Amino acid sequence: MGAGHAHRLYLPGRSPVHRLPPQCKLVAVLVFVLAVVATPRERIWAFAAYALLLAAVAAVARVPYRLVLRRTAIELPFVAFALLMPFVATGERVHWLGLSLSEAGLWGAWNILAKGTLGVVASILLAATTEPRLLLLGVERLRMPALIVQIAAFMLRYADVVAEEMRRMRIARASRGFEARDLRDARVLARSLGALFLRSYERGERVHLAMVSRGYEGRMPVLRDVGATAAHWTAAAALPAAALIAAVAWSVS
Amino acid sequence: MHVPDGFIDAPVSVAAGAVAVVGVAVSLRGARRELDDRTAPLAGLTAAFVFAAQMLNFPVAAGTSGHLLGGALAAILAGPYTAVLCMAVVLGLQALLFADGGLSALGVNITIMGLVTVAVGYGVFRLLLRVLPAARPAVTGAAFAAALASVPASAAAFTLIYALGGTTEVPLGSVAAAMIGVHVLIGVGEALITSLTVSSVLAVRPDLVYGARGLIKRPELRTRTVSGSGGAAGEPSGAGA
Repeated sequence: MGAGHAHRLYLPGRSPVHRLPPQCKLVAVLVFVLAVVATPRERIWAFAAYALLLAAVAAVARVPYRLVLRRTAIELPFVAFALLMPFVATGERVHWLGLSLSEAGLWGAWNILAKGTLGVVASILLAATTEPRLLLLGVERLRMPALIVQIAAFMLRYADVVAEEMRRMRIARASRGFEARDLRDARVLARSLGALFLRSYERGERVHLAMVSRGYEGRMPVLRDVGATAAHWTAAAALPAAALIAAVAWSVS
Repeated sequence: MHVPDGFIDAPVSVAAGAVAVVGVAVSLRGARRELDDRTAPLAGLTAAFVFAAQMLNFPVAAGTSGHLLGGALAAILAGPYTAVLCMAVVLGLQALLFADGGLSALGVNITIMGLVTVAVGYGVFRLLLRVLPAARPAVTGAAFAAALASVPASAAAFTLIYALGGTTEVPLGSVAAAMIGVHVLIGVGEALITSLTVSSVLAVRPDLVYGARGLIKRPELRTRTVSGSGGAAGEPSGAGA
């Protein structure tokens, strides 16, 4: 665990968004996403307002739009799924460029694309402005059972170690002329996976012994506390509050 | 396939979240029985392993590749309760850090990829072990069947949730057929990798395969006098590592 503690998803900064306590940001994002999901899909303008809100958060946090766009690639499989919807859904058909499309399917595709993208962008902004370690502290502050938080902390700490171990095995396989071509090669990959499990599990046993020898009794010491004041909560509430106002405004008009 | 936001409507997402919370709470108590105070580091490292294993792509057919879900594998290797915790943590961090799977759909994802794969996978595994002989090929075969069943079961659970809270009117029969059909194929890959992995762990550290503890003894380190040479070869070489 020498270098590179800062995670590659985290974009260091000192903006107001970065400085907000993590638990406030978590709640804000969760409420925002739930509001987005609960918005009827016919209210297209409400979704435009949501997108503007996220753009404003990105601007305040100085997260480059390009970086956000690049990371939205994670939802590509579902974009493909959404594009299929107009063809397979039932209901009234509309004809466009010689294609027979289902109207309900078009709405469905729009629904998934709009809500999915807003959710992905909100999560990306959260991860870009909050160190993973702090994110876990925030989760713990929100009364998540300590054991879950500890497991997540260990996973976070060792994910890179285990992934590197797997990469070394891949290099070892490649340098011996192995290349996975079809399902028959699964035997070789599975051997590596078995070895990887043993190494991970045995590392876990060693880590446990090291912790016990340093006085571990099932609880981790608190090294840094992240308290939130009413002002913090108010600032974090700006995003979901604005989203709710936008949703209600368009339902009234 | 991680379900994103907006795929399942809000009430059903929240209900699935409640199911996930109950499942994780039960697993928290169960995992302490499986691992006592070693729970945090061991489950954490197992979660890191599942996370890494999901990055391992294997070719399926004609340029497409699949990757492991890992629920059945984690359940067989580390125990069902620990496996649920691992899957929940992996899915939670994927949603929080990588935006992979929506935050509002986290309950749906934990339910279908954590609870269902572990419950079906581990259930099938233990049931088969009850009727099969206690030998390595039998355990490997049971692991194969467990993983094979777990993936379409997860797809079926998704179809059920979609029927309750899907946001688009798609003929359900065709959703079910497509989802389950594709996932039987994916399940074959999952089953192959899972069973071979379990088999290779069995060969070295059978005590670490939770689902088959006590069934297969660890190979002993045997010493034998080689006729003619005598002496040195017959020295006791300790109890092994």
